[in-house]
Amino acid sequence: MRAVVILVPGLNRDRDMLAALELVSGHAPQTAWATDTSLPDCDLIVVPGGFSYGDYLRCGAIAARLPVMREVAAAAARGVPVLGVCNGFQILIEAGLLPGALMRNASLRFVCRQVQLQVTNADTRFTRQYELGQVISCPVAHHDGNYFAEADELAALNDRGGVAFRYANGTNPNGSVEDIAAITNVMGNVMGMMPHPENLVEPLHGGTDGRLLFESALSQVA
Amino acid sequence: MKARVIVTLKNGVLDPQGKAIEGALSSMGHDGVEQVRQGKVFDIELDDAGADPEAKVKAMCEALLANTVIETYSIEIQG
Repeated sequence: MRAVVILVPGLNRDRDMLAALELVSGHAPQTAWATDTSLPDCDLIVVPGGFSYGDYLRCGAIAARLPVMREVAAAAARGVPVLGVCNGFQILIEAGLLPGALMRNASLRFVCRQVQLQVTNADTRFTRQYELGQVISCPVAHHDGNYFAEADELAALNDRGGVAFRYANGTNPNGSVEDIAAITNVMGNVMGMMPHPENLVEPLHGGTDGRLLFESALSQVA
Repeated sequence: MKARVIVTLKNGVLDPQGKAIEGALSSMGHDGVEQVRQGKVFDIELDDAGADPEAKVKAMCEALLANTVIETYSIEIQG
């Protein structure tokens, strides 16, 4: 139940993420700063959302090359679960921990709205408390969430069940190929997603369906 | 020594910004525009280019300047 939240200049969803993790786990998460060269012992690493380094160059590109991200990559290689949300997803992709790319939304607009998400793999360590096919309503808020992968990469992703959530019922907000909203890596311990489960954990959020994601990630079952 | 790096989206990768610019040009009456693709230019000044400046800049492109999943780059060494 020991979570670490990565803090980088320009992120702004870190407080929401810290609050959600504390609410769900009952323990205050630790944090690691951009320039840290070691991480506390932990069972889960979360890279939250925001606008690291002002989205300069490409979203997440600068943050992905920070010292702390070398530690995140090393921990991921050891099998520590790593979750990236929104800009955190972009950072994990830029760091090479997840395949593909996240491009400008097809509409060219920043989207901030509720979308429908369908659980398309309920066997990942981030989705195992959901039912396969379950649809939840979840907020998104981003300008660059348009997931893209080459055809062969996409086929490999589908073959290994690497798509954990897809946008459902015509609510794809960004033009992502095959409605992809969340993907996992080959080892299955790294997941990136554009929607914000940390803003779906209290009744006042309009729902608590995001809790299952954190409960899945934090449960000790291998 | 100066180097200019041009980064563009690979062929086949959707470029919605290019499309929007294309539409704007047409609506302004600029005829004959078949396609617009938007890219980025980096002007890099090197104080020590080493024996192989192109290789040095190529390493920078691969490491940071381009996302080779969706982008290609070209390097111009300007002496």
